[in-house]
Amino acid sequence: MTISELEKWEERIFELVQSYGLNPYPQEFEICDHFEMIGYMAYSGMPARYPHWSFGKSYEREKMMYDYGVGGLPYEMVINTKPCLAYLMRDNTDLLQILTMAHVYGHNDFFANNFTFKSGIDAQYVIDMFRNHAARIRQYIEDPSIGQCAVEDIIDAAHALSLQRSKNYAIKELTPEEEEERLIDLAQPAPDPWENIHPKPVYIHPALNKIPLSPDPNLLKFIARYSPTLQSWQKDILSIVDEESYYFIPQIETKIMNEGWASYWHHKILNALNLSQEHQMEFLIRHNQVLRPTPGGLNPYHLGFVIWHDIETREKLAPPTFPDSSENNSPGRKKIFQVRETDRDSSFLRRFLTKDIIRELDLFRHEKRGKDRVITEVADENNWETVKKTLITNVGMGSIPTISVIDADFGQSRTLYLRHEYDERELQLDYAERTLSHLKCLWGREVVLETTLNGHPTLLKFVDNTLKTERIN
Amino acid sequence: MGAIFRPHVNEEKRSDRSAGDRTRHRQKIRESIRGNIADILSEESIIGHDKNKIIKVPIKSIKEYRFIYGENTPGVAQGNGNSKPGDVIQKGNPGDPDAAGEAGNNPGVDAIETDITLDELIDLMFEDLELPDLQKKAFKEVESKRSLKRKGFRKQGIRQRLDKRRTAKSRIKRLLAVSKAMGVNSESLTDGEERFPYHKDDMRYHHVTIDTKLESNAVIICIMDTSGSMGTVKKYLARSFYFLLYQFVRMKYQEVEIVFIAHHTEAKEVNEEEFFHKVESGGTYISSSYEKALEVINARYHPSLWNIYAFHCSDGDNFYSDNDKALAKADELCEVCNLFGYGEIKPAGTAYYSGSMLDVFKNITKANFQAIIIEKKEDLWPGLRAFLLKDAAVKDALGTSAHENTQDQAKP
Repeated sequence: MTISELEKWEERIFELVQSYGLNPYPQEFEICDHFEMIGYMAYSGMPARYPHWSFGKSYEREKMMYDYGVGGLPYEMVINTKPCLAYLMRDNTDLLQILTMAHVYGHNDFFANNFTFKSGIDAQYVIDMFRNHAARIRQYIEDPSIGQCAVEDIIDAAHALSLQRSKNYAIKELTPEEEEERLIDLAQPAPDPWENIHPKPVYIHPALNKIPLSPDPNLLKFIARYSPTLQSWQKDILSIVDEESYYFIPQIETKIMNEGWASYWHHKILNALNLSQEHQMEFLIRHNQVLRPTPGGLNPYHLGFVIWHDIETREKLAPPTFPDSSENNSPGRKKIFQVRETDRDSSFLRRFLTKDIIRELDLFRHEKRGKDRVITEVADENNWETVKKTLITNVGMGSIPTISVIDADFGQSRTLYLRHEYDERELQLDYAERTLSHLKCLWGREVVLETTLNGHPTLLKFVDNTLKTERIN
Repeated sequence: MGAIFRPHVNEEKRSDRSAGDRTRHRQKIRESIRGNIADILSEESIIGHDKNKIIKVPIKSIKEYRFIYGENTPGVAQGNGNSKPGDVIQKGNPGDPDAAGEAGNNPGVDAIETDITLDELIDLMFEDLELPDLQKKAFKEVESKRSLKRKGFRKQGIRQRLDKRRTAKSRIKRLLAVSKAMGVNSESLTDGEERFPYHKDDMRYHHVTIDTKLESNAVIICIMDTSGSMGTVKKYLARSFYFLLYQFVRMKYQEVEIVFIAHHTEAKEVNEEEFFHKVESGGTYISSSYEKALEVINARYHPSLWNIYAFHCSDGDNFYSDNDKALAKADELCEVCNLFGYGEIKPAGTAYYSGSMLDVFKNITKANFQAIIIEKKEDLWPGLRAFLLKDAAVKDALGTSAHENTQDQAKP
């Protein structure tokens, strides 16, 4: 499709986008071939990114999958920036380009309105931020007193910890001063209407000379701030990786909602475009390819799409609050617009994944038994809630263990003491071992991690290049 | 307010942005293979295999580690409509703990396996090793590297080296020149029936020079104990050691001579085939082999002309009466050799009830004598490295530690 044809279609799509009340950022499309697409995938779609071998690795993997025809390339890739930047594959069929543009507008609207994205990094500055980071890291690499290997070591370690951070963007991160205030407030005895009669409650002043004051899950930030050994360029690299991961968290947190939302809208828009019969046929085929359920897995496009439709339909049944009967003002439509602003995957599923959907999709809970994976619960009357609960714990950042710094001076020896919040999921030990070794490199002192293994509280230490486990009694 | 479309940029104008990161990734793969060579060698039987045998090398350090949940984490997936509790959705693959297209939310398994050929592996192993203390000696020079190198272009040459691109260019140049001289449009010379054929003068050929790097002449003397006390395991270890050494010499130096000496109570010079495959028996006089080596050196490889490297592998189970003589001869060998290496083969469990030459050789004070102990397959590679490491400082450090190590271990 030539650019002018694309522009014509885009005009029609954008009209519909506006008439439905979607509120996206300005949109930009870049036409690329499949090599460039693989390249953009390796660098998470960013036009500029700092050099690191892991991007080369993901390029090789995508390329290999593409060459062997294992994984098809996505038709499109879209990144959360303002203006919103999307890549269209040159070789897509006409219908695919139309479908993709409509889909991209769905994502774009989600980026522009969902609270996780809005409370993250300002989308205007994203590309500049990545470019700036790339320049800084290149500068360190070219600095003869630092060089590639030293930079790589720090980036490797930082990547290992980049997802260890607070998970909910709705919770404000407090400065140490605010934290102090909060602790003092908490220590105040509760107001008591009978205080004249009751004995005076004992006020215990909270321990305020401890670091951190309360468990801190932001490991990179913590280390950059308190590590006694890191140089300023090393701290700078940690903050670069930390900032970039801050940018990516909303996408991890809203995968199901976001893909469902984009699919919901491409479906609506394409049905309203009055496509030719040929295009309509191809649309149905492609739409079903993208949204088909995958037995043995879970297709986020499908799950999201089903839930969004379900919310709208159920809400429709409620009596309209005022007599405007247009589709845009229907209670169902209003509801989904509201939900796309206020929720993330875990809350979305908790609020809107009903028993009926779970049963319709035949979701089940599975577990490792010996060497096999076995279904433990299906969505019957007694167990559907277990299935739902398991799903919610595993979506978004739920798949990342929560690990916080408890004490930066454990045993008065500057040992970094971490605690894994055990929720019946154990850590993978070989991964924990290497990650601890990265942590130890950054901290420059001993690091211990408290976790639970086989039901027993256990300390993990990285000593003499191996992992040592020690039961806590 | 429509969207902005940016057209596709032509391939030539684009840079291959991931090239640097891909190269770095591949370097890391190579490094990681090199780091695991000892493990790979101990897992694979390499002797006598085809050079193109493909070895699967699991790479561990290229994984990107994070804190993740283990395999016993429950997950949720979708069924096809009639799932029942107890259904197996994924069969475990014994022996492959990573085999898992885990349904749902576990991070993708990051294991990479790389296939390399034995030849490549050997290439990787010996990249940074050289014959130590190689000195320039008179007369015969050894060609250590011989390669063809492109250097410029010529109008004459052989067919295989024809540079088509340059040839075509020079034809076009001539075409333009001719058309200008004739005052006609160049297209009129080529259209229709008219051809503008290639001329002999248009031909351009790569010019190739031979690039030789000269090293001093060297001979390697491999001495192996083939006595009765050398059981199957010991022989296997000794042969593996020499096999590696032999591969190293063949890869690095074009014209290094190799002498094979096998000994029990008496020593004789044998050929490669016999050395690696023949089985013998009998008692052990180590001194006999050293005498033989000295004899060969005196006859054919005079120390003033040759760099001499002698290596001896034995289980150290020498006749007691021969020890003094062996020591004297070893001393003599050290005099004439650049390096004399002694590897004692002591598979685990045999060290306690058999003699050791390490105690005897402790008395050799020459700097160019090195002794190592080989207990298991994993020791082969570090041992050989200790002998051959290029960097003298590192070699010293490794060599002495290997030596101390041997003494500790040799104590009953």
